[in-house]
Amino acid sequence: MIELTAKQAADAIRSGDLDANEYFEFYRQRAASDPYNSYTWVAEKAPEIDTRKPFAGVPIAIKDLFCTEGIPSQAGSKILEDYRPPYTATSVDRLTTHAGGTLLGKTNQDEFAMGSSTENSAYGPTLNPWDTSRVPGGSSGGSAAVVAGATAPWSIGTDTGGSIRQPAALTGIVGLKPTYGAISRYGMIAFASSLDQAGPFTRDVTDSAMLLSAMVGADPCDQTSLGLPEPVRIPTANDLKGIRLGVPEELAGEGIEDGVLKAFNDTLELAKSLGATVETTHLPHAPHGLAAYYLIAPAECSSNLARYDGVRYGFRKSGASTLIDMYTQTREAGFGAEVKRRIMLGTYALSSGYYDAYYGRAQKVRTLISQDFKNAWDKFDFIVTPTAPGVAFELGSKTADPLAMYLNDFCTVPMSLAGIPAISIPNGLSEGLPVGFQIAGPAFSENRILDAALALEKAIGFDASKAYA
Amino acid sequence: MSTEYEPVIGLEIHVQLKTRTKMFCGCELSFGEEPNTRTCPICLGLPGTLPVTNAQAVQYGIMMGLALGCEIAPRSIFHRKNYFYPDLAKGYQISQYDIPLCLGGRLGDVRIHRIHLEEDAAKLVHVGASGRIHGSEASVVDYNRGGTPLAEIVTEPDLRSAEQARDWLQLLRETLRQLGVSDVNMEEGSLRCDANVSIRPKGTHALGTKTELKNMNSFRYVMQGINAEIARQTALLESGESVTQETLHFDPVSGRISSLRSKEEAHDYRYFPEPDLVPIVPTPEMMAAAEAAIPELPADREARYESDFGIPTDTAHLFAYEPTWGTYFERVAVEGNRDAKAAAIWVTELRTRLGADADPHKSAVVPAQLAALAALVAAKKVTAGSARTVLDKMVETGDHPDRIAEAEGLTVMEDSGELSQIVAKVISENPDVVEKVRGGNAKAMGALVGPIMRETKGRADGGEVNRLLREQLGV
Repeated sequence: MIELTAKQAADAIRSGDLDANEYFEFYRQRAASDPYNSYTWVAEKAPEIDTRKPFAGVPIAIKDLFCTEGIPSQAGSKILEDYRPPYTATSVDRLTTHAGGTLLGKTNQDEFAMGSSTENSAYGPTLNPWDTSRVPGGSSGGSAAVVAGATAPWSIGTDTGGSIRQPAALTGIVGLKPTYGAISRYGMIAFASSLDQAGPFTRDVTDSAMLLSAMVGADPCDQTSLGLPEPVRIPTANDLKGIRLGVPEELAGEGIEDGVLKAFNDTLELAKSLGATVETTHLPHAPHGLAAYYLIAPAECSSNLARYDGVRYGFRKSGASTLIDMYTQTREAGFGAEVKRRIMLGTYALSSGYYDAYYGRAQKVRTLISQDFKNAWDKFDFIVTPTAPGVAFELGSKTADPLAMYLNDFCTVPMSLAGIPAISIPNGLSEGLPVGFQIAGPAFSENRILDAALALEKAIGFDASKAYA
Repeated sequence: MSTEYEPVIGLEIHVQLKTRTKMFCGCELSFGEEPNTRTCPICLGLPGTLPVTNAQAVQYGIMMGLALGCEIAPRSIFHRKNYFYPDLAKGYQISQYDIPLCLGGRLGDVRIHRIHLEEDAAKLVHVGASGRIHGSEASVVDYNRGGTPLAEIVTEPDLRSAEQARDWLQLLRETLRQLGVSDVNMEEGSLRCDANVSIRPKGTHALGTKTELKNMNSFRYVMQGINAEIARQTALLESGESVTQETLHFDPVSGRISSLRSKEEAHDYRYFPEPDLVPIVPTPEMMAAAEAAIPELPADREARYESDFGIPTDTAHLFAYEPTWGTYFERVAVEGNRDAKAAAIWVTELRTRLGADADPHKSAVVPAQLAALAALVAAKKVTAGSARTVLDKMVETGDHPDRIAEAEGLTVMEDSGELSQIVAKVISENPDVVEKVRGGNAKAMGALVGPIMRETKGRADGGEVNRLLREQLGV
C-alpha cells in the first residue's frame, strides 16, 4: 500500500481493488507512530467513507493553520493552544466534504507560518525524513515531512514566500504554490493576507494536479478568490517541445550552493534534450524581493495577529490586573521569538512617518517585480530556478541568525510577490540530500506548468522511496 | 474693548445603516437582542475568517453620496485602522482612509467633505454601581453591535453657530430618514455626532485651534455642547491663554466639558490598505439602481411647496419633514383647484386631530372631501369655527362635509332677519356693555360677539355679526 500514489489508491478504492477503511487505517497507524514530529493531531478512527466521491478513502494531512471544525487548529502557536474552531476552511471542506478525502491529521509548522525550518513551532521542531538531524524546511515542514516520510499519501500546506516550495525541495517531493486567488483563503489562519496561498504536497506531479483540481474555485467567503479560468487537467506531456525556459541570472547563480547549482544545470540540459530552449535572462528587481517581502509580510502580520489578545479565545495569561497588562503578558507568553520579531518589524514599517519609506516603498518594489515577470512572459513560457539555495540544513544551525534563515526564500519570494504560480519538483540529490527545481509561469498557467513538470519528472526519474523505505 | 469671536464648526456624523446584515458578514443587525446572539466567526474576528463587503451598504453609501451631491469614487478602497481595544474583535477596524466612497457635496448651506463606509465596534458594558468604566467591577463585551455598517459623513467647517449646527443636523437627519438608509435615532445611537469647534476674531479668516467634541446623543446636547465649548474657548482666549487641540467630552448633566481619556488618545492607527477586500468599483447598473432608489428629499420638497404652491415657509417645512403629510397635502390642493393655502390650513387641522405620526391616506377623510370642506369655508357656507366641528365628524364618520354641515345645522345663517333678531336680543340683555360702546369704547363690542355666536351655535358669519352690531348700536 505504501507504494501507491494517492491517485493510484483513489482509483483502486473506486474500482474495489483496495478497501478504503484498510487503506485509511494503514496510514492512520503510520501517522500515529510518526517519528519526525510531523503531526500535531492524528485522527483516532476513520470517518464514514462515501466511495462514490473521487478521493473516497484517501487520507489527507492538513497544515495546522487550516481551521478544522472541532479539531485543534493552533497554527504552531502556544497562543492558540488547543483552539478548536467552530468552522472548517473552504479548501479543506472541498477536499473532504465535496471530494470525499478523509482527514488524517494536522501537521506541524512554523508558528503562524513564519519560518523556513519548522523550528519555530510551539510544539517542537519537525525532522527531515532524509536525515533526522536536519530540518524539513518550512513553514509547512510538517506537511512536507508526512509525504516524504510516507505517513500520509498527500497533504496541503500554505505558501507565503516559499513555505510550500522550499520544504518540498528539502524533502524530495512535489510542492505547488498556485496563482494568488486560485484557492480560497477562508479558514486559513492568516500570516500575510496579500501573499498567503494554499497548495498541495504530493509524491508526484500527477497527484499534485489531482489534489489541486479539488481545491481551486472562487469562494463567496473570500473576495480575493477567483478560481482558475479552466479546470485543472491531469498532465500528460512527455516532452518540452517548443517550450522556452528563461533562467534569471539573479536567482540562479551567486549564493546558490555548488551541488544545488550543478543539479539545476544538469536538469537544464535534460530540458533541452526534451525539446526546450533555454536562455539566460534578467529579473532585475528580483534581488530586492526579500527586502520588500520582509516589510510587506511583517506589516500585514502585525495587523493580522492583533486579534490574539486573550479576550475571546486561545491562551490568556492569568494574573494581570489591568487590560493592558493582560494584553502584553498574554502576547509575551503566547508568541514565540520570530513572531514577536516580525510583529515589531511590521508595526514599525506601518508607523506614521515611516509608512512611505518602508511599506509604501516595498509595495513599489513589488509592482516592479511583477513587471519584471510580465516582461519575461514576452520571451519565455516559464522562468526556472533552483527552489532553495541549499539542501536541508542541520537543526539549530540558523536559528540564531534570522537573516541567514530568510535567505532560504531568496528564489521563491519573487513569485509570491508577483502572485504567480510556481512548482518545485525533486531534482536529484546533492550531498545525499534532495534538491528542488522550480518552474514559475504567468498567472493561471497551472495546467501548462504541471505538463512541463511532468515531462521533467519523468526525465529526472527521482526515487522518493529512499526516505521511507 | 473685548474682541468679538466667530465660531467655526464642522460636524462628523456616524450613521448606522439600516441594512439587513452586518457590514462584512451575514449576521442580522441587532436591535436589543440578548448579548452576543447576533455574532458569527467573522464578526467575532475568529482566526482564519475573512470579511465580505455588504452590497446593500455600498448601495446606501452611493445613495447618500448622490443625495448630498457628492462625487462617487470610480474606485474606492478599504483600509485597516489598527488599535487594541476589547470592543474591536480583530484588533483593527475596517474603514476607508484616503480613497473614500464619496467626495465633495453639499446639503443646504453646508458643504460635505466626504462620506466613507466602515464597521461599528462592539459595545462594552461596565458591570458595577455606576455603569461607567471607572470603579466598575468588570467590563464585558457584547459583540452584537460589532460589524454594524456605518457611514461617516464629514462636513466642511461651514457652520457658524450651535443653533445652525442643530438645524442643519436636523435637515441631514430628515434627509437620511427619507432616503431610508438609517433609523437616524440619536438616543439609540444610530445617528452620532461629533463636532469640531474653533473660534476666531470676527472678520478674520485664519482658523483657530480646533477641539473635537465627542458623541453628543441628542439635538439639544449638540447645541448645548457646542455652546459650552464656544464659551470655554472664548474664556480661554480672553484670559490670554490658548486653546489646546484635544478630544473632549460634554456632560449634559453638569454642562461641563472634560478631556476624554480613552482609546481616542491613541496616536498612530497604522492605516494600510485592507488586503482581504477588493476595491469598490460602482458599475453603471449600481449607480442607476442607487439613483432610482432616491425619493424627493426634504430640502427640495420644501422649496417646491413654497414656489409651486405658495404656502408659508413654516408649513412647507412641516410637510417636507413629514412627507406623508406633504403628499396628502398635494392631493388636497389638487382636488381643491389648487387653493393650496386653504388646503394647507385644513391638512394642518387634520394633522392636529390624527397626530403627526398617523398616515392621513388611511384615515376616513379622503382628500376630495377635505378639499370640499375648504371650499365650503371659502364660499362662506360654513364658518371656520363650524368647519372644525364638521372636520371632527368627518374624522369620525367619513361623511361628506356638505352632508354633515346640513345634518348638524352648521351652515351659515342665510336669513339675516333671524340673525338680526338674535343681535337685538343680545344687545338688550347687556346694557352695561352697550353703554361702554356708546361711550366710545369700540373694543367692548367684542363682548357681545361671544353670546351671539353661542346663540347661533357658531353658524353666523363673523363679518355679518359685526355689521349688524354696528348698525343696531349706531356706531
